[in-house]
Amino acid sequence: MTNTIISNSIRFVVLILLQVLLLNNINFLGYVNPYLYILFLILYPFNSPQSLFLILAFLLGLSLDTFEDSGGIHAAACVFIAYIRPIILRFSFGISYDYQTVKLTNTPYGARISYILIVVILHHFVLFTLEMFSFTHIFLILKKTFFTSIFTIIMVLISLTLFQPRRK
Amino acid sequence: MQQIFNFLIRNKNNILFLLLLALSLFLTIQSHSFHKSKFISSANFITGGIYKKANSIQSYFHLEDYNARLLEENNELRNRLSNIPDTLFRETFIDSTVYEGIYEFRTATVINNNYSKVDNYITLDKGRKDNILPEYGVVTSQGIVGIIDNVSTNYSRVISILNTDSKINVQLKKTNHFGSLIWNGKDPNVVQLVDVPRLAPLKKGDTIITGGKSLIFPKGIPVGNIIDFNLDENGSYYTIDIQLFNDMTNIGHVYVIVNKDKAEIRSLEETDND
Repeated sequence: MTNTIISNSIRFVVLILLQVLLLNNINFLGYVNPYLYILFLILYPFNSPQSLFLILAFLLGLSLDTFEDSGGIHAAACVFIAYIRPIILRFSFGISYDYQTVKLTNTPYGARISYILIVVILHHFVLFTLEMFSFTHIFLILKKTFFTSIFTIIMVLISLTLFQPRRK
Repeated sequence: MQQIFNFLIRNKNNILFLLLLALSLFLTIQSHSFHKSKFISSANFITGGIYKKANSIQSYFHLEDYNARLLEENNELRNRLSNIPDTLFRETFIDSTVYEGIYEFRTATVINNNYSKVDNYITLDKGRKDNILPEYGVVTSQGIVGIIDNVSTNYSRVISILNTDSKINVQLKKTNHFGSLIWNGKDPNVVQLVDVPRLAPLKKGDTIITGGKSLIFPKGIPVGNIIDFNLDENGSYYTIDIQLFNDMTNIGHVYVIVNKDKAEIRSLEETDND
């Protein structure tokens, strides 16, 4: 239990610093930055109380907002993802699937991909909608969501493969 | 009473979600109104400190570029200096510098710069300790950068001209037609000039300078070149695309402009309003 707390705390801090100091400066094609920090939301233990998860997601987003001077857009997107994550889990891993005891690394490959895909796209859509703050830019929102999602999903999959715990 | 508590406990996740979402939306909306977003800002102790540490490493990679820019600026200043005639032989002393003497420049280093979002901010490593206050203008040797909007003890935050909330008074160099400089959020090196009347003679390549109608920028700081212009739907005002002289994606050192007469002009304007 304490092991989970420590590893999640370290992941929280490391992901924020990585995002702010390195990934926010990529600006691929002028505006595409991967938001790898939502790896925290993806990997957070499935069986922990949801209220704590909501608060942690809010703090994660708010830290990003403070660094980026973006008001509360990351916080809103993260809280939204944290709130609907049980629904996404049920959708991806099936209702009969007992998601209370599984870990992301030993789930079927297709289900895992669909889970990551939904989380990333929803998060980015909420994020960019709030950033533009008007639906007159809907085309720009969709364009940014699409390209950034591709970049983020690739980064998430790479980091999941790299930091896979060794099978015993 | 019991039922209320039961209801709260049963729905604690939903209530918590709505509460946090409302809080973040509140912060988002607040950040869209000028001069309101005070407490969530990169100009605080922790974020400013981290950015400064990171910048002290990154700045080494740009040294050559900054040196070239400084050389260019020195060269220009030297040229200007050599062209000033000797004032001793005249009867009256004429201040021949471009900027009026009420402005003072201070240097600062950019420790964080955004340009890929719609509302971008820049963080500087000087703050209230160095006598920098909100509503001071920020420029580089090549052009304007933005306006300071939030200051902490050691750091300050600048609303970049690449921000949809930013609105700066600028004018044409050859005539005195003026308008507002805004940004549509697309290209970080192209900004828009609106509210220029149809009568203004425009040509591609014309230079745009700051207007000096606000107390923030002195008149005559270069902004950019006209690359494209067309009339709006009513046909009475131009919307002009401007290529900035400044490369907004690569700003190292900036000058903060202090208007020494600002308090005096303010108080004069306030008495006028009463």
